[in-house]
Amino acid sequence: MNEMQSTIEKTVLSDYKYGFITAIEADEAPMGLNENTVRFISAKKNEPEWMLEWRLKAYRHWLGMVEPKWPNVSYPPINYQDIIYYSAPKQKISLGSLDEIDPELRKTFDKLGISLDEQKRLSGVGVAVDAVIDSVSIATTFKDQLATLGIIFCSMSEAIQKHPELVKKWLGSVVPATDNYFSALNSAVFSDGSFCYIPKGVRSPMELSTYFRINAENTGQFERTLIVAEEGSYVSYLEGCTAPMRDENQLHAAVVELVALDKAEIKYSTVQNWYPGDKDGKGGIYNFVTKRGICLGDYAKISWTQVETGSAITWKYPSVILKGDHSVGEFYSVAVTNHHQQADTGTKMMHVGKNTKSRIVSKGISAGVSNNSYRGLVHVNRKAINARNYSQCDSLLLGDRCGAHTFPYIEVKNNSAIVEHEATTSKIGEDQIFYCNQRGIDAETAVALIINGFAREVMNQLPMEFAVEARKLLAISLEGSVG
Amino acid sequence: MLSIRNLHAGIEGKEILNGINLEIKAGEVHAIMGPNGSGKSTLASVLAGRQVYEVSRGSIDFLGKDLLELSAEDRAREGLFLAFQYPVEIPGLTTTNFIKTAVNETRKYRGEDPLDAVAFLKLMREKMALVNIDQSLLSRSLNEGFSGGEKKRNEIFQMAMLQPKLAILDETDSGLDIDAIRVVASGVNKLRNKENAVLLVTHYQRLLDYITPDFVHVLYNGRIVRSGPKELALELEERGYDFIKHENGLAAEV
Repeated sequence: MNEMQSTIEKTVLSDYKYGFITAIEADEAPMGLNENTVRFISAKKNEPEWMLEWRLKAYRHWLGMVEPKWPNVSYPPINYQDIIYYSAPKQKISLGSLDEIDPELRKTFDKLGISLDEQKRLSGVGVAVDAVIDSVSIATTFKDQLATLGIIFCSMSEAIQKHPELVKKWLGSVVPATDNYFSALNSAVFSDGSFCYIPKGVRSPMELSTYFRINAENTGQFERTLIVAEEGSYVSYLEGCTAPMRDENQLHAAVVELVALDKAEIKYSTVQNWYPGDKDGKGGIYNFVTKRGICLGDYAKISWTQVETGSAITWKYPSVILKGDHSVGEFYSVAVTNHHQQADTGTKMMHVGKNTKSRIVSKGISAGVSNNSYRGLVHVNRKAINARNYSQCDSLLLGDRCGAHTFPYIEVKNNSAIVEHEATTSKIGEDQIFYCNQRGIDAETAVALIINGFAREVMNQLPMEFAVEARKLLAISLEGSVG
Repeated sequence: MLSIRNLHAGIEGKEILNGINLEIKAGEVHAIMGPNGSGKSTLASVLAGRQVYEVSRGSIDFLGKDLLELSAEDRAREGLFLAFQYPVEIPGLTTTNFIKTAVNETRKYRGEDPLDAVAFLKLMREKMALVNIDQSLLSRSLNEGFSGGEKKRNEIFQMAMLQPKLAILDETDSGLDIDAIRVVASGVNKLRNKENAVLLVTHYQRLLDYITPDFVHVLYNGRIVRSGPKELALELEERGYDFIKHENGLAAEV
């Protein structure tokens, strides 16, 4: 048994491939947080007065709040005065076109496998990318092409300048600044992120994506993403993220808001690979994120898919408010924790409209001495006739020093609701590994096969371009972990 | 092909195999029979390289290589195949994907290029027909929800795909009805040739009605106490294992 454990450990130990640092000068806010910091960020972005007021209101509200203590994670207190809230790589020229991006930054994204080159579009199926480094978006590809269909895809900073009416109307409409501690903080100091607007009846011809990169030291990243899908529209959006290896913890507190009107569909996929810290639990990103969508119209659909392999601590619950009648919410998640990583993640499905449906499939994989918790709420409103929910939470343990926990909350206030919950916990067995060995498959490959089999239902939800990478990532983050 | 000399092995300090000697040549079929607890499955596991078993003495030569020096996966890649008594389930992993990985890992070890999708499919179709297995079974999660017969047929299908030099069938007949045994046996017979060898590990004689062995060995208390032609199996069937126990009772005590 010990031998098996050591093999598991070995498989889980792997080097984080995205840990490099880009040497580039940065334009930074002074360390610490006060009203002046908020004003500094707003001024940097040349924001209108209403935006600054919105931020200040959030900031003042935040001052009176306390950090949530209920997640099943532990970490030393965060000193919010030790963080730099704004850091932008200095670029020589202002960005007129993609050709003018600083070569260092272009190289950074090339190294991460993200092409900022529109010419590299593969056989008709392209992915439009908004590349965000630290506090600013440095490039957005395929903007012009998308604009011909009326699709707006740009950085949040640009949206505030060019589409203030849309931003004013929807920003904070799904996740109010006062929602929770981290959403209030984000509302005060968010620096960039992506904005997508899909007009009525338009299906986005390509995947829209944002790639987030933290580079600078001692900074926090606070991005804000807003996606609005008008009646009968469709968009598939992808999000990826990485950070350098640093010994200190860095805070990432994002807010994502999705709005789907009548018959609109938003598919939101995340592959989260922030630096998880080293094998002794030193360093890594604190990923404290609020993601929520609202099916505002009838027959609207919002689907979250997440593959969470990174971060020292993950705290996030991509949720759906099912307001429109016949609306559908989905949550597919694979969360992997290794070494000292901690994850407390899940979803909330709020059934409000009639005949609403939700589906939750959560796959937790724990290795090392990590802790992996699923926390989910299914709430059926008094008026939500014929609500239907199916939840499935499976945990897979590698070794016997890690933990898997499930916290399902079910609140049903309407008798016509049907709510189902299934949960399983299993271990990778020595006999499974040996069976693979006996067919000529080594232990590492065997673990990858077993893990990917376990997560298959969720991986199948990912867009093709992402699925292959995500499969590899799952295997890599558990490399060295079985025998 | 396989040469076992004075093999002693056990688990957690308890010795189960007490000096096994066995010689298997290409083209031969050997049957190892014996009562429960005689060490049959231990022998199969030790040959396949299951780590929980410790070899304390003896040597095993497989095609000129020291088998005990090889990892379980390398033994498989060298051409040693074990059809499991209890095939393992892996949820979410299709049999097709599993066997494709196995075939290509083995090819890589031998310095060959991996089979592309077309070549792999062709090979699969050919072997499916050979062991009479349905495509739908292969698209399902490995062994998950398979009946006993389906599991064993899947083992023989994998054997057909990997084309081993030495196939060890561990109680492949256990839990199967006569029809299922026939299907499995016919698969094995089709795969036999002058280049490969089969080692059948079985409690009952009935499998030997369908796969005719060249030699039968009786294992008792971790030693081969009798070897003979296929008629030995019939004698065992007739007289039961008791006479073996009786004949060897004293020896075992010593």
